[in-house]
This record gives sequence, C-alpha cells and structure tokens, in this order.
Amino acid sequence: MKFIDEYRDAASARRYAAALAELVTKPWTLMEVCGGQTHAIVRYGIDELLPAGLTLVHGPGCPVCVTPLELIEKALQIASTDGVIFCSFGDMLRVPGLDRDLLSVKATGGDVRIVYSPMDALKIARANPDRRVVFFAVGFETTAPANAMAVHQAKREGVSNFFLLVSHVLVPPAIEAILSSPNNRVQGFLAAGHVCTVMGYTEYEPIAARYHIPIVVTGFEPLDILQGIMMCVKQLEEGRADVENQYTRAVRREGNRPAQELIREVFEIGPRRWRGIGEIPASGLRLTAPYAPFDAESRFGLAGQVVEEPAECQSGLILQGILKPNECAAFGTRCTPEHPLGATMVSSEGACAAYFRYRRD
Amino acid sequence: MTPDTEIHASCPLPIADYPHVMMAHGGGGRLMQQLIEKVFVASFDNPLLATRHDSAVFEAGTCRLAFTTDSYVVKPLFFPGGDIGTLSVNGTVNDLAMSGARPLYLSAGFIIEEGFPTESLWRIAQSMRHAAERAGVRIVTGDTKVVDRGKGDGIFVNTAGIGVIEHSLVIAPASVRPGDAILLSGDIGRHGIAVMAAREGIAFETAIESDCAPLGGLVKHLLDAGMEIHCLRDLTRGGLASALVEIAQTSRLSIRIDESALPVNEQVQGACELLGFDPLYVANEGRMVCFLPRAQAAAALQLMRSVSPGEGAVLIGGVKDSPSGRVTMTTRIGVDRVVDMQSGEQLPRIC
Repeated sequence: MKFIDEYRDAASARRYAAALAELVTKPWTLMEVCGGQTHAIVRYGIDELLPAGLTLVHGPGCPVCVTPLELIEKALQIASTDGVIFCSFGDMLRVPGLDRDLLSVKATGGDVRIVYSPMDALKIARANPDRRVVFFAVGFETTAPANAMAVHQAKREGVSNFFLLVSHVLVPPAIEAILSSPNNRVQGFLAAGHVCTVMGYTEYEPIAARYHIPIVVTGFEPLDILQGIMMCVKQLEEGRADVENQYTRAVRREGNRPAQELIREVFEIGPRRWRGIGEIPASGLRLTAPYAPFDAESRFGLAGQVVEEPAECQSGLILQGILKPNECAAFGTRCTPEHPLGATMVSSEGACAAYFRYRRD
Repeated sequence: MTPDTEIHASCPLPIADYPHVMMAHGGGGRLMQQLIEKVFVASFDNPLLATRHDSAVFEAGTCRLAFTTDSYVVKPLFFPGGDIGTLSVNGTVNDLAMSGARPLYLSAGFIIEEGFPTESLWRIAQSMRHAAERAGVRIVTGDTKVVDRGKGDGIFVNTAGIGVIEHSLVIAPASVRPGDAILLSGDIGRHGIAVMAAREGIAFETAIESDCAPLGGLVKHLLDAGMEIHCLRDLTRGGLASALVEIAQTSRLSIRIDESALPVNEQVQGACELLGFDPLYVANEGRMVCFLPRAQAAAALQLMRSVSPGEGAVLIGGVKDSPSGRVTMTTRIGVDRVVDMQSGEQLPRIC
C-alpha cells in the first residue's frame, strides 16, 4: 500500500539497525511516549533489531491506560442511568472499573454505543432529543480538537441533551513528571507524532533545555521509529539536547493553529489525576465556563468523587518506564486480557497488552 | 419434577468474572473458546465433538458423512458482496467442505421479527436459492418462527448441512504434520471490513465487497487431482490468526507464517490502518487455509489458482515440531513474533 509499505521495508530496517550498531558507544535508555509507538515496536519487533545496551522503555501515552479509575467509575454510573445513551470510542469498553466494565453495562441493558467520532455522538443527540447523550471524551491533544468541535457545534445549535465526560490529558506535563522523578532512567524521548501534528513542538523546547534531554518528534511506522531512535541516539552521542522533528511529513513546528484555537476556546488547562501515577498539576483539560452546561460530571452530580486504585496493578510504574510489562509479577498470570488488573492490559495502545499479544515468552 | 432433574452440576465458568454473556463471547476469540469449552464441551462431551473441527465426521452404513450447523446474525442484513442468505448457505457449505466432504443437503431455519418486510424475506430466499445452486446443494427442510417486534433483529437464519466424504483422507487438525506447507486461498479481511463499513456508514473510495463464496469447488478440485490434504480451515470470525492458533493448539505443532506473504486488498488495508484493526483478525467468508505436504505445495497452488475463489492463492508458511501449539510470524521488517488469538472482538481505537 502506497505511503505505508515504504515505511515497513525490511532491507531499510536492517540498514538502520546496522547504522545504529555503528553509532552507539555506550548504553542509552529512550522512552517512546505514545502507546501507538509501543505497539508498533512490539508488533514488528523493532526493539529486537537494536544493538545491545540501547533500551526502549514504554511511556504514558496511552489515553485509555491513564484515565483514572474514578472517571471509569463515573462512566459506568452514567452509562447505567436510565434514559442515557453513552457513547465511547471502542477501546474504552473493556477497561476495568472496580468490578465491571462498560461492556458489562451494555450486556446488562445499558445503552452503550461505539462511535468513531464525537460528531457521531452529537448526531445521536440530535436524533434523540428526549434522551441524554454522553460522550466519553478521552485522549491526549490528538483527539481534543474533534471533541472541542462537537461541543462547540452543540452549543451553537442549542443541543441541550449532549454532554462530555472529559478525561483529556497533555503530554508535556507527563514528560516533566517522568523527568522529575528520582527513579527516572530515561535519557531521551521519542515524542508522539500525532500529538505534535496538532500542537507543534515549541512546548518541548524548554523541557529539552531545562532537563538537557533530546526529544525527537517521531512517527508510527517501523522506519519512522528507527529513524527517530537514530536521531535521538546521535544527539546523545554528540552530547546535544535539542528538539528535532523526524515526522516532517505530518508535523510543523507551530502545529495546527486553528485546531489549537478551538481547543483553547472550549477547554482550559487544569490539574488531572493519571491512573497509576497520581495527580499531575496542569496536565489535563476541562471545559471552560461558557461550556460548563455540557459537563457530564456536574450534570450527573458526580464531581468530586475519588476512588482508590487497587494495589496489585503496577501500571503506574510501567507507564513511567520504571518497569517493563513482563517484569510485573501478575503479568500473564493474575492479569490477562480476559481478567485485567489494569487498563494497560486491555487498551489497544497499552504496553501490557502489546507484550501479552506479541511476546509471551 | 423428579429428584433427578433437580441435580445440577455446578456451572464451571467463574461466575464472578462473567455473570452475563458478553458480545465478546461471540467474537470468535479466546473468550468464545472458553465459553464453548466450559459450557458446551463440558455438557455434551463426546469423541466426535472432541475433534473440534468445523463439522462432525461419522460413519453411517457404508458412507462417511459430515454434519454441521451454523447460525447467522449479521447486521446489516444486506451488504456489498452478499447478504444473510448467501452467508447462511456458503458458511455451512464451507464448514462441510473443510472436512473434505461434498456438501449435499441443507436445512434452513428462520426466526423472523414481527414487522419484517416480506420483500426482504423474498430477497434473502432468492439469495439462498442462488447460493445453493452455485454450491451444488439443495435446501430440503426448514422451519419458520416469528417473534414479537423488538425481540429479534429483523431476521436470524440457521442452517445445518450434511455432506458425503468420498475419499480416505482424514482432513482435520490432528492430521497436520511437521513439514507441511500452508496455503491461503486469497486476500484476507474483506468480509469483516465490508460489513462494518455498511453497518457504520463508513465510505471508501470504492466499495469493499465481502469475499462470501462457497469453497466446496476449490476443495473438490484439489481432491480430484489427488492432493494429500492434511487439514482445511475456512477463515471466519477471528480471522486467519484465530484459525491458525486453533490448528496449532489442536495439533500441538508449531506454525510459522510470513507477514509479507499475506495478501491484503489495499482498501481493506487502508480501513484497518484507519481503525487500528489487524487484518489477521478480521472476518472472512470465502477464504481457507490448506495444510499439505510441502512437496505438493506448488502443484496445489496452481490448482487453487485455476478455480474461483482461489485465484489469489499463496503460500504463507509451514509447520514445524516446536514450539508446540504456537504460531509465529516473521514481521514485515524481518523479526519473528508470536501470533495470538484475539481476546474478544476488535474494537476501533481512540487515535
């Protein structure tokens, strides 16, 4: 397939691997931020091509995985409410709450629907004026413009039965949280290409300077990732700490300005809890005052609830790159896709799910 | 009620985990396998069921017969490349063909929701008639039930089929041998994407048509030419990956395939890229894998390519002794990885 096959070419991958082996003089640890990159790495076996001593650890960039348990519980409560149509992207449906998931709510009569875009949820709201329609607005900066657009249109059209359950998180504060941790072992980052398509990469420049760490905006195909690794290692070997852009076919330094303006109109930055990690200041988005009537949490009287995480799930350490999925004692035994302890085992971008599916030994 | 009927064996499913049946229990993945093992195999256990093949094969007088059944609950009922009628004939015909049987007779049961348009019912019946003619089978018995409005999804169709085995081969996972070659009869993932696109209203530049087709002719062509087929499996829910994992587990052998050998139509690939699906797990309705001695692979490929729907047949891999029960795939960039069964249904991702 054109524009895909070129980036999955075995001969080029081997050439990158050989070049990396030449380049590396000491051990380095890099983190790919995005769960989509983690899956590509494990699915294609990219890490097995890397020279010894060059380690990839997997980052927090799986929106499903970092959505806090209390928000999953709120989603379950709302979805079980009579008269509600609860709309979500598919991969939130299997994420375990305390004792059930959205699929079980659906199985016991809840009207839970998979949509492909928040605009579809808005369409459902228009078609069902006597029902309350809630969209689970999960994601990083990548999905924020579309979610902002849906609620922006709802306001303009006066659709009063459409609500967002917002769980939006931001990448740069998470990178800073990882770098500030005393246990940090990450020496270079592959930043998430799709997030930067929207936001650009100026936000990463002060982080690279402050922590003296190279950050390379990277795409999602095998050769993108290998090239991103190459650029990052080259900086490390040369003692540089710059922000560089591997994903030039999609990302500009300033990003997508109209999308950013829409995000700023609908959302404002606030503190947010990350599942397994805890609260990170200024790391999430919430609806601005003019859009408050569309906030499902306050509309359903759920604001302020706190739920504690079960102790056995180590996903917090995995999401910070401190632990690898197969180093967790519960991996593949007490924690499987059928009986997950945490979201990292069921999300299509979760690191534990990737290891379970592609690398059992 | 007699005391006997009050004695129930306790349900072996961990009730705490799944007190209700979920959609994923019907998705063709590991959850469905568990449900079948723990409820149905546990209840009905017998040697014929234990072969875990697409149809049961048994002797009746001097004949060897194959017998199978399947229910069809597709939404939408009509989709590019077919409808529930063509599916219900081809699916059952294919299950028979996978035992190396020549399909003969089908039954058809209809559960129809009150208010269902008779015009649609007529269209479905005509599709079944055409599909049966194409597959060389006759629909010889049937049943009709109507349920209250809201208690069915338009129409559900069940078919059962019977076929005769006219050769001495035992075509089943247990016959797979180390050294076997694995042939795939054509490109994968069409049916799943065609149905999903029709259901969800996702438009592509050109419509993706389901691959829905009978495989009996293809199998007969191979058998008539004297190919020593060890195992056949049509790819349905759960896709190529689930079929191979099941065969690896049942035969306790190791299957290795090459990702770059797998044919995927460009539109299907595009849809999968967009939705975060892996074509390995997407449903098919007119594709099969064939295991046979490597020495016959080239001849068998040529035979398959000479008849519809085998024009796109390819060699995708082979069988080894170990690691037992495992499927591995050489990825596009040349690294080996495990291919696992899908847990439940594939769900479209966030970004």
